[in-house]
Amino acid sequence: MHDTAARRLTRWALRLIVVGYLFFLVIWPVALVAAKTFSNGLAPVINALRQPEVIFAFELTLSAAWWAVVINTIFGVGISLLLVRYTFPGRRALNAMVDVPLSISPIVVGLALVLVYSGRTGWLGGGLERAGLQVIYAPPGIIMATAFVSMPLVIREIVPVLQEIGTEQEQAARSLGASSLQTFGRITLPAIRWALLYGVVLSLARSLGEFGAVKIVSGGVAMRTQTATLLVEERYQQFGVVNSITAYTAAFILALIAVLALIIITSLRPSKGLTP
Amino acid sequence: MTPSAGTVEAQQLAPTSAAEGATSVGGPRNRHRLPRAKSATTLTPISGLGLGIALTWFSLLVLIPLTAVLVQASAGGWQAYWDALTSPQTLAALKLTVGQAVLVTGVNIIMGTAIAWVLVRDQFVGKRLLEVVIDIPFALPTIVAGLVLLSLYGPSSPLGVNWANTRIAVFLAFLFVTLPFIVRTVQPVLLELEQEVEEAAASLGARRSTTFRLVILPSLAPAITSGAALSFCRAISEYGSLVLLSGNLPYSTEVASVRILSSVEGDKLTEAAALASILLVVALIVIITLDLISRRVARYA
Repeated sequence: MHDTAARRLTRWALRLIVVGYLFFLVIWPVALVAAKTFSNGLAPVINALRQPEVIFAFELTLSAAWWAVVINTIFGVGISLLLVRYTFPGRRALNAMVDVPLSISPIVVGLALVLVYSGRTGWLGGGLERAGLQVIYAPPGIIMATAFVSMPLVIREIVPVLQEIGTEQEQAARSLGASSLQTFGRITLPAIRWALLYGVVLSLARSLGEFGAVKIVSGGVAMRTQTATLLVEERYQQFGVVNSITAYTAAFILALIAVLALIIITSLRPSKGLTP
Repeated sequence: MTPSAGTVEAQQLAPTSAAEGATSVGGPRNRHRLPRAKSATTLTPISGLGLGIALTWFSLLVLIPLTAVLVQASAGGWQAYWDALTSPQTLAALKLTVGQAVLVTGVNIIMGTAIAWVLVRDQFVGKRLLEVVIDIPFALPTIVAGLVLLSLYGPSSPLGVNWANTRIAVFLAFLFVTLPFIVRTVQPVLLELEQEVEEAAASLGARRSTTFRLVILPSLAPAITSGAALSFCRAISEYGSLVLLSGNLPYSTEVASVRILSSVEGDKLTEAAALASILLVVALIVIITLDLISRRVARYA
């Protein structure tokens, strides 16, 4: 082979281009944010975290993310079982529709929810508000927006696994007299537990970081409806070192959670495994 | 369901099925497919109740709100819809968004395939780190993504550039958030690709470039296509990463999502919904196309 040298050159060139591209697009910028957060040492970071607005924002973010993940997990497991194990009219359409939230602009998501749930003009919002439930500019709206954008993540993890494990074991359990709940708890759930865990971690990461949809439905009022991502935006746009450090600190924590979630998933997921 | 129809396309599309168990994290993956009804059963009363509850929630959360967008868009009649879409500022925003999305998707087709290639075929220290790096844009909150890019390409850039509030910023933000899509759809296909075929081509005297063009590229084409579609979709709907980065200047760096937001904030809901309906339709077209592709692949897998 006369072109071994040329081939080696191509390999090195390609490797260099790829690593360089990722370095300039992702690695260096992310490292810079970490560096900027701690540019004045640890004390300003800790002070930033002590601000009541920051504590409130993270608490609100966590609780909204928690509820969104709980809803998505229950809904996701249920709808995945229905999609894989049962036939019913509209199944194909539903299967395609559950992916829709991943491809929609968060701004459109926010607008859609406002159009239905706004107390002033929404289709259902007025009625709900009279019944004592404010959705838009309140935590329920934040939870709905978050649940909307992260909805497909659990489903996308579980459906392929459910398909792969098939129904033999479930049918065996049934024929031995197990109830559907027992079959689910003893057979189905253990089989999908890893996929479910990935889905939950992904949903959680996505939920904590949702910005656009939440911005529209929450109004972003500090100490009332301002989530962590909205706090980053507000503080970055305000003047002063304290605000800037606060923005970077909140951003750093959000980034840290995201990267940790990634590492957890990457290390749990069997490498290159085509099986669950 | 006649297996004889479209055999040629089927062969070209077939490799995508290998992507079923993709190792990627999260969204940018090939779509799952439903089994043929073999193992599925009809609804029992309990599962029927479950379906009812699930559909109610799905309607309340997704279907009714999205319908509301379309209804609101048509609220002012055809003329108002057309006027909303053709106002110069909206047209400028649409042009910028679609133009940059096309450009970024083009870059992704080349770089995404190259990255997938290096991740699968090359071996070097730190490759596992790159695997994590690829997924960072997907996991990072978009507002943080904007801040991240601003730190290297903004006013205090160590590179000495300042691309904040320019169209380059829009390009960079799109590039950042769409990074994983093609990599993660191409990677599993490349992994499944049999190297024997390449070796056979080489032993028959084909040059490397010929092998790549005639053997490898056709097998990767379906994966690249679906990754490109997802990446385009993501780019045109991007908002969060641009907030701090692009300045959102009308006629210059204002993208479609920002235009919708400013209409919402100005209480012009019909205008907002009109533009949103365009984004929705594009998203639906992409989803339906991908569904058709994956179904066609599934049929012959």
